[in-house]
Amino acid sequence: MLWIAIRMLTGDAQKFYGLLFGIAFSTLLITQQLTIFVNLVERGASGVYNAPEAEIWVMDPVSRTTEVNYAMPSTALDEVRSVEGVEWAVPHLRAPASVRTSTGDLEGVQIIGVDDATLIGLPERLVIGDKRILYQPDTVLIDDFGVFNLFGPEEEPIGARLELNDQRAVIRGVTDSIPTFTSQVTLYTTYSRALNYVPGTRNRLTFVLAGVGEGETAQAVAARIERQTGLKAVTRPQFAQSGIDFIIENTGIPLNFGITVALGFIVGVAIVGLTFSLFIRDNIRQFGALKAIGVTNAKIVRMVAAQAAMVGSIGYALGVVGTVAFIWAFSGNPTFKGFYIPWQIPLLSLAAVVLILALTGWLGLRSVLSTEPAAVFR
Amino acid sequence: MSASAPAAARTHEAAISARGIVRDFEAGQTTTRVLHGIDADIRSGEMTYVVGESGSGKTTLISIMCGILWPTEGEVRVFGTDIYALSDTELVNFRLKNIGFIFQQYNLIPSIDVAANAAVPLIAGGMGVSEARERAKALLDKLNIADQADKLPSQLSGGQQQRVAIARALVHEPRLVVCDEPTAALDARSGRRVMDLLREVAVAEDRACIIVTHDNRIFDLADRILVLEDGRVIHDGADMPEDQ
Repeated sequence: MLWIAIRMLTGDAQKFYGLLFGIAFSTLLITQQLTIFVNLVERGASGVYNAPEAEIWVMDPVSRTTEVNYAMPSTALDEVRSVEGVEWAVPHLRAPASVRTSTGDLEGVQIIGVDDATLIGLPERLVIGDKRILYQPDTVLIDDFGVFNLFGPEEEPIGARLELNDQRAVIRGVTDSIPTFTSQVTLYTTYSRALNYVPGTRNRLTFVLAGVGEGETAQAVAARIERQTGLKAVTRPQFAQSGIDFIIENTGIPLNFGITVALGFIVGVAIVGLTFSLFIRDNIRQFGALKAIGVTNAKIVRMVAAQAAMVGSIGYALGVVGTVAFIWAFSGNPTFKGFYIPWQIPLLSLAAVVLILALTGWLGLRSVLSTEPAAVFR
Repeated sequence: MSASAPAAARTHEAAISARGIVRDFEAGQTTTRVLHGIDADIRSGEMTYVVGESGSGKTTLISIMCGILWPTEGEVRVFGTDIYALSDTELVNFRLKNIGFIFQQYNLIPSIDVAANAAVPLIAGGMGVSEARERAKALLDKLNIADQADKLPSQLSGGQQQRVAIARALVHEPRLVVCDEPTAALDARSGRRVMDLLREVAVAEDRACIIVTHDNRIFDLADRILVLEDGRVIHDGADMPEDQ
């Protein structure tokens, strides 16, 4: 009977394609919007991801994220270094600044000062140049999104001169970084040079990045740092999560994306529900005849379930492929740099599709199951 | 009586025995009694007509007789089985094995071809699609529409669709064939041709055939006629009463 069910479904091309469109559109909307949401909120942790060597982030107790921070006295670095289990500790400066470009434009940037000796705090890879170029005077590295933001397609960023707090800065490399949540231009330089680039305040050490010794865990060492120094020390995953949580708690993004995802679900239910119920209604006499002939309600349920499974699996696959195509198509755009589809999202949209089909299938089935076989004689 | 009715086929064994059949329909606060304690027998080897005006209860009666509508009161035995004592699933399986239906509007599935439509009872019984189609094709051949087997129902004329419906009713060799207004949409000549065809393929020694109709052009083809009026059998005989 499943063969008949599938033929009944595919035989009505208009409704079949309508159902496919409904499921595919819903899947696309839910998967694509959730993907953008997850990737966008993960930008809240980009500062942590862009400094891969740091196993522990130490900061003033009021600091919350890489962007929302409060500077510490420079003595904090020595305090951290004195804690047992700390293999190494380096200063890390993050501060906003205004940059004047060669054309005279003013642009808000983020300055990141990394350890002068080890360069710990830089992103893992450079798109152009070498990390050691930072040892040259006045050198800054710019993140790849910053190139897109500050320079036109024909302009060459390498060698470009910038004015930072009345100081000269020359771009000599481009980092391969995950853009920040605010898509702000980021300039990397050495810690000592960064102190000159950002307006002077009494305390300017925003973070101490630390590594743990052999046989120690980041969690244990972080706890020890907190106990001994009174500073806040968190592991890399914890600090990344703090950045994500901050975006979720302090922006309207979850609500906005939540509304779109809900709309995707509602549109799916509406299109699929309407088309499925029309399909069932158009075939109600055939279903009634099958019941009279001797097809049990259980078989009818299996027939409708097979129809729903077929339309669901094809529509879902189309929706997921559509999302992959979307991400692929925009992968060259710096705004979408590093976007990926976490495996949980297709599972979530699959659950939504199953729910849509279960709901609409049940609504359609009600009329079939309640149809008396005798109705075919009327 | 029809001259074509094979006398040898008439065994007069009761295929259906209905006793004290009452059926009420409820609409809000109102209860309407459609059948008033009907006793009737349908015999194997006969083509039995159930006739009557619209609203006389003939469709309700055959629905009850073939196990698709529960009576409010009464007992129906089909080939000795008290069908309303069966569980729902048993009753559905009983219908699948023992009863073939020919609906007035045919109710063919529009998106599957003629052979598959005719094979539906076999497929529903668990037979593989290809084997069921082959068996259906053999019957379609007998009904002279084997050449249409691969077409969709919408590509056939009304008469051809009816033959497909007949094939579907007979493909699983049921012992009871129930036919609803088979000639309602046909002219007199086509109607008689369909009835001859039904007699040829649906009436047999061990098979009963019930036809619900109000088409007086074919009354002379019946072996037996039950006349219903206001939910009661007012005539049960080989011919129509004079006043009908």
